[in-house]
Amino acid sequence: MTSKQNDFTLKLWNFFCSLKLTLFLLISLAVISIIGTVVPQGIPPVEYLEQISPVKQKLYENLGLFDMYHSWWFVLMLSLLTLNLICCSIKRLPYIWKIIRNPVLVLDRALEHSMAVKKSFKVYGNPADMRDKAAAFLKAEFAEPVVTEVDGVWHLFAQKHPWSRLSVYFVHLSVIVIFAGAIIGSLFGFKGFVNISEGDSASKITTQSGKEIELGFSVRCDQFTLTNYPTGAPKEFKSILTVLENGKPVQDYLHARVIVNEPLTYKGVTFYQASYGNGGNYFFRYADLEGKNIKEISVPADSEATLPDGSTMHLLEAVPDLSPYEKELSGPAARLEIHPPSGPAKIIIAYGNYPELNLREARDAKNDYVIHYRGIEEKLYTGLQVAKDPGVWVVWAGCLMMVAGIYVAFFMSHRRVWVRIEKGSVTMGGNSNKNQGAFSQKFDFLAESLEKEISREKK
Amino acid sequence: MTSSILFNITTFIYLGSMFLFFIFMFSKTKISGSAGIAAAAAGLIVQSAAIILRWKESYDMGFGHAPLSNLYESVVFFAWTIVLIYIYLDFRYRYRVIGAFVMPFALLAMAWAQLGLNDGIQPLVPALQSDWLLYHVITCFLGYAAFAVACGISIMYLIKASSEAEGEKGAGSGLLSMFPPVRVLDDLNYRAIMIGFPLLTLGIITGAVWANYAWGTYWSWDPKETWSLIVWFIYAAFLHARITKGWVGKRAAWLSIIGFAATIFCYLGVNLLLSGLHSYGGGK
Repeated sequence: MTSKQNDFTLKLWNFFCSLKLTLFLLISLAVISIIGTVVPQGIPPVEYLEQISPVKQKLYENLGLFDMYHSWWFVLMLSLLTLNLICCSIKRLPYIWKIIRNPVLVLDRALEHSMAVKKSFKVYGNPADMRDKAAAFLKAEFAEPVVTEVDGVWHLFAQKHPWSRLSVYFVHLSVIVIFAGAIIGSLFGFKGFVNISEGDSASKITTQSGKEIELGFSVRCDQFTLTNYPTGAPKEFKSILTVLENGKPVQDYLHARVIVNEPLTYKGVTFYQASYGNGGNYFFRYADLEGKNIKEISVPADSEATLPDGSTMHLLEAVPDLSPYEKELSGPAARLEIHPPSGPAKIIIAYGNYPELNLREARDAKNDYVIHYRGIEEKLYTGLQVAKDPGVWVVWAGCLMMVAGIYVAFFMSHRRVWVRIEKGSVTMGGNSNKNQGAFSQKFDFLAESLEKEISREKK
Repeated sequence: MTSSILFNITTFIYLGSMFLFFIFMFSKTKISGSAGIAAAAAGLIVQSAAIILRWKESYDMGFGHAPLSNLYESVVFFAWTIVLIYIYLDFRYRYRVIGAFVMPFALLAMAWAQLGLNDGIQPLVPALQSDWLLYHVITCFLGYAAFAVACGISIMYLIKASSEAEGEKGAGSGLLSMFPPVRVLDDLNYRAIMIGFPLLTLGIITGAVWANYAWGTYWSWDPKETWSLIVWFIYAAFLHARITKGWVGKRAAWLSIIGFAATIFCYLGVNLLLSGLHSYGGGK
């Protein structure tokens, strides 16, 4: 029973330690990640949903394809990869650790036989003298050796960068650190959006899921400016912001400049320039069909106005000049949606330059009043992306570890050299865990130099 | 002299270099191989001058920026990095015939840029106005170029390996005798990816840092980001495959070729076929 259980545990352990699982997971992740680059992520646009059948849409929704990188099966794949690399590391680390901490100091026949590169030469003289010379030579040209004596035979062992063997595990650890940073960010951080009109301030923001978050302080938009190149392409979006605590400006955060690529951070919350728009009032003139009982009406961009007859009116869109859309017309126009106290909503167009068209709109809509468009009050708002991510520094630490680890893993190797000094002969052996070609050149140089060194002194 | 003329000259030099490598492969005359690498180096110098000149021209127009901001400039820079990485590998390992399989990539890029893409110098939109543009584009493209070289070497590997499987006589004589042994090709493939993988990693990280400055999020699963990760997964698989039994040799070569195909999709396919944050790379 227990042996069967052990057998199963061992099988499971070996499964999670296997490199074949690593390959399977990496390649599968590469393939399934493609889905989310073809199927739009987040709230799918209407045009896309019109292309696919309702059945397909339902299927995609159930599979989580519209948010696949956060779906349970994708997260499971990433978790399996993490488990796999932890198991692989745990399995191999003790062995690597032993190589680093307890190197074989004695070059016996069996070890000599397994050497990738070796050389021996005849010498005359006192082994103790030669031992000192060889030790001094290795220290100068390679690394300081450990000297061991076994039955009157001297063994020297020297190594370089033994810790470079740990780099692979360091890279594995960096992946876990990056994941940890991402988890910290999603647990303790937020991402949202806020629009602030010039002169206004905001103390809360809206997340992508529509939740409102109190900042604990407020941000005022002093000014927003848009600069264009002579070609008409945008050159700079600039917000001047002031952070307010209890309504008072915070020192160093008065009239701070925020442009794309240069955000503003206060108390761990960062504001990024993302968009802009007009948040001012739109002005209309209300009159009855005879042109009497005139009333001026202003409609805020993000709200509605009440007409004398009790209807509410809000703006759908407004253009400063009609000519690009209507050949015979020019000047400003606004499209309005009007909700009468009873009955269905009506959509009308109010022109700036054509009172007769406004009258026609009124008749068509069976209204007993006419709406004329008077123009807008330019009051720009800045659109700010707002983020707080306490995990981001953990992610950067992980990235740094990964780059350092990959560099060491690829470009440094653990090189070892053994020298055995007996009466009448010196034997050298060496190996490297990587880049054997470059090492054997170095080894040949060492062996030749050592031979010269010992023979020269002899004379 | 304008940068545009210099880029045209570069294209013709790369064409010449490619033909010299072909002649070298067929005729086995050492001098044509040397001429091929000399031409590649000369082309690289002319192209470097052209890139610097274009940089200066953008300043003369009043909105100076590094010439790495649109599709034309990136394709030209891609060609430059391919030749640079190839010359470095030739300098280190001296297997000249590889030029016949690498220079076509550089030539293709230059020819496409010069004939098919809009070479106008445009001012930078606000999102691109950052020093990270330089670090991000340079690391990514050096990585892509190393993968291009690895792909060329892998194609050589597959040709050589299949002819060796057919029979001993094919391998000893003819065209393929110019190829390095399969063991060497396998090793060179690995070495090229060893250059490319850290650079791609740096490219993804610099992109993440930049995205965090510009948009407040270091990773948003945008198609470009996702594809760069797909490429990273493939080459990570390649690196692990090398220490797995049964995955060395042919399968590794195929992984390298698939990796480069994914790289090209990440670079061009995403911009031209999919939509996302990197839209400025696709404009004509």
